Order: sequence, then C-alpha cells, then structure tokens
Amino acid sequence: MAKLQVGVVSPEREIWSGEADMVIAKTVEGEIGIMPNHAPVIGVLVEGGVLRVKRDGNADLVAAVHGGFISVAANEVSVLAEAAELGSEVDVAAAKDALQRAQAAIESSQDDADAQLEAKRNAARLRAAGEEV
Amino acid sequence: MGAQLRLLRRRIKSVKSTAKITRAQELIASSRIVKAQQRMQAAVPYEREITRAVTGVVSNTSSVDHPLTVAKENPARAGVLIITSDSGFCGGFNANLLREAEALRGLLESRGIQVTPFVSGRKGVGWHAFRHREMGGQWVGFSRRPSYSDAKEIADALIESFKAEGGIDEIHIVSTEFVSMLTQNVVVNRILPLEVVETTEAPKDGPLPYFEFEPSAAAVLDSLLPRYVESRIFSALLQSAASEEASRRRAMKSATDNANELIRVFTQQMNQVRQAEITQEISEIVGGANALADAAAGKE
Repeated sequence: MAKLQVGVVSPEREIWSGEADMVIAKTVEGEIGIMPNHAPVIGVLVEGGVLRVKRDGNADLVAAVHGGFISVAANEVSVLAEAAELGSEVDVAAAKDALQRAQAAIESSQDDADAQLEAKRNAARLRAAGEEV
Repeated sequence: MGAQLRLLRRRIKSVKSTAKITRAQELIASSRIVKAQQRMQAAVPYEREITRAVTGVVSNTSSVDHPLTVAKENPARAGVLIITSDSGFCGGFNANLLREAEALRGLLESRGIQVTPFVSGRKGVGWHAFRHREMGGQWVGFSRRPSYSDAKEIADALIESFKAEGGIDEIHIVSTEFVSMLTQNVVVNRILPLEVVETTEAPKDGPLPYFEFEPSAAAVLDSLLPRYVESRIFSALLQSAASEEASRRRAMKSATDNANELIRVFTQQMNQVRQAEITQEISEIVGGANALADAAAGKE
C-alpha cells in the first residue's frame, strides 16, 4: 500500500518527518483522518490539538500542535504548526504546573483569553505526553 | 630615553590593546554567524511549505478577493519596515540599509505616497528619533537572535495598521539578504498587498492539485495569509541577523589588520629613532675622547 510522506514543521525548526500509514489531526471542523491517496485538502488546525501519526510496526507518534495548518497533496502531508512539540519531548511536570496556574487564572477572571489559551495548550501537551487530563 | 621614543612606545601599546579587542570581536562574530546560519536553515522547511500552501489556495480560488491581496488603485500611504541592528561595530551594515530606505522613501514620495517607517533595531530607531521622524512602530532588543514571536509582534502591528481604515495601503520591507559570508545585499520587497504570482510555466511536479478546504477557502485564506506574512518577516529577521554578524566580522577583521599595520610602522619608526640616538651617543663619546686625547697631546 502507498505510504504517506509526513512533515511536521514549526517556524523555528522541523519537528519530525518520515513515512506513515495514517495521520489524525484536529481541524476547526473536527477530527480529520488521512490515509494514503486522500484527496488534496488544506485545513485549519485548532489551538491545542493533538496530532497522531500511525506507523507500521512502530508506536504512534504523538505531538501537541498549536494552531497552523495541515495540507495534503499527492500522499504528502505537511503539518505547519505555529508551535509544536513531540509527546516524548514534553516536560510533564512543567506542563501540569502551567495548566494549574492557567486554570487558577481562569477561575479568578472568566474572560482571561490568554489564560484559556494557555490552559488549552498545556492540556494538549499533557495529552500528547500520554497523561490523562 | 628620548621623548619621541617614549611617545612611540605609548602609541604602540595602545594600538596593541585595540587590536586585541577587535580580534576578539571578530572571533565572536565568526562563531555567531554559524549559529545564525543554522537558524536560517531551520526556518526553511516551514517557509517552503507555507509558500506552497498559499500558492495552492490562491490558485484554487479563482477570484482571490481578500483584504490582504487586493491592491488599492491609488495608494496614499505606505509603511516601510526597516530591519537594522541593535549594536554597532558592524561596518556599513546600517548605513547601507538606511540609505536604501531613504531612496525608497524618495521614490514613493515622488509618486505622491506618504511614507511611515516601522523600525526594528536600536540603530535604526536612534537614526529616526534623531531626525524627529515619526515612526509607526519600533522594536528593539532581538536583532542578533530573533524569535518567531518577535516576527509575529511586528507582523500583527503591520497587518493591523494595514487593515485599519485610513491606515497604510502597502507595506515594504528593507532588509539585508544573506548571500554568503562575503556577500550581503540590501533588498527591498513589497509584502502587502501580497503579490499573487501567477506562473505561466507548469510547476515541476505537475499542475497543482485541486484542494478541498476545511472549513472553507475564505477561512483558510484568513488564517493562512497572516502566517505567511509572519513567516516572510521572520525570514527577513533571520537573514538580517546573519548578515549583521558577517558584516561585523568583516569590519572587525579589517580593523585588526589596520592595527597590525600601524604597529609595524610605529615599530620601524621607533627602531630608527633608537638607532639614531645610539649613533649620536657613540659619535659624542668618540668626539669627546678625541678632544681629550688632542688636549693631552697638546700639553706634552
């Protein structure tokens, strides 16, 4: 079966690239699963989403992806994230800490947009690291 | 010791310590160029992908009608983003940039367009403040190591003033392009309104596919175009950072070379003076001895 060529890039570096069988990402419309020979598509990703790349024989590659796009054309998948981090690179303790601080800030003032964004991002980081949130 | 000799010794000492400083600066700059180049390389994949995505969207939506891509018929105001350095000691780097920016300003004004400068880097900000030029925005403190959030901040300010009613109608960037260690060019690019490049020749990998959009073409374009502008600004910042270090390295190298040449000339002069003094002393001693000998011979 054909394989997908996947590249996950952020403005400052290339996070990961390689072959995969299936890519699952979360766009503003909902989850999108991409398998080989998918029709060309460009989607807007949500803030604080989790990207999952399924590979044959290997464990899934999981990354926290904040904003950006996914573009699919001719079995090439590029994920352009404004910021992204592999699940294995996440500092779990720091992310938990940041999440708690953000949640405390939300409780004190409901319309703190920065804190809500921060909470979303850190929740995604934790989910990418395999923690329950 | 003669006064002239002492003077020369003092000058040599001072030039030597200057040479030490410039030599150190040169080495620091050389090591920084490498890092700046690596950061430039690391940003390339994202830029390539986002350019491809923009081309994909634009070529799919037959009539691109987005505020960021539509050129006004009679632009009245333009914003010029000038990317200078924070620190000096980098030769003609800032002077070249500002000269080019002035030329662009002249060109735009001759077309009846009012120019608002947006300045990044302490040197450029100082230059504009000294001339009491009003700036649309100023950013300092990251010229050597720009991060993406810096680029985002600049892009947000530019896009906001671009979208605002009665704001600027077009945006140009004056920055330095890093070609190689030895060559850096000042370049002027118009970033907004985006020039939708319609290439007539077919792309290498066949015609662009017909994309579907999630959620819609307009929404994708809405969030894609600002990212594209950010990425363009980020790449300009990174190239400028590398160019700044390259230009600093070159300036410091020629300063060290000049100092070494001065030391050589002064040392030669010093040796001449010293030799002249010794010769004079010898001839004085010989003369004195002869005079004494003559006097003694006369008495006998």
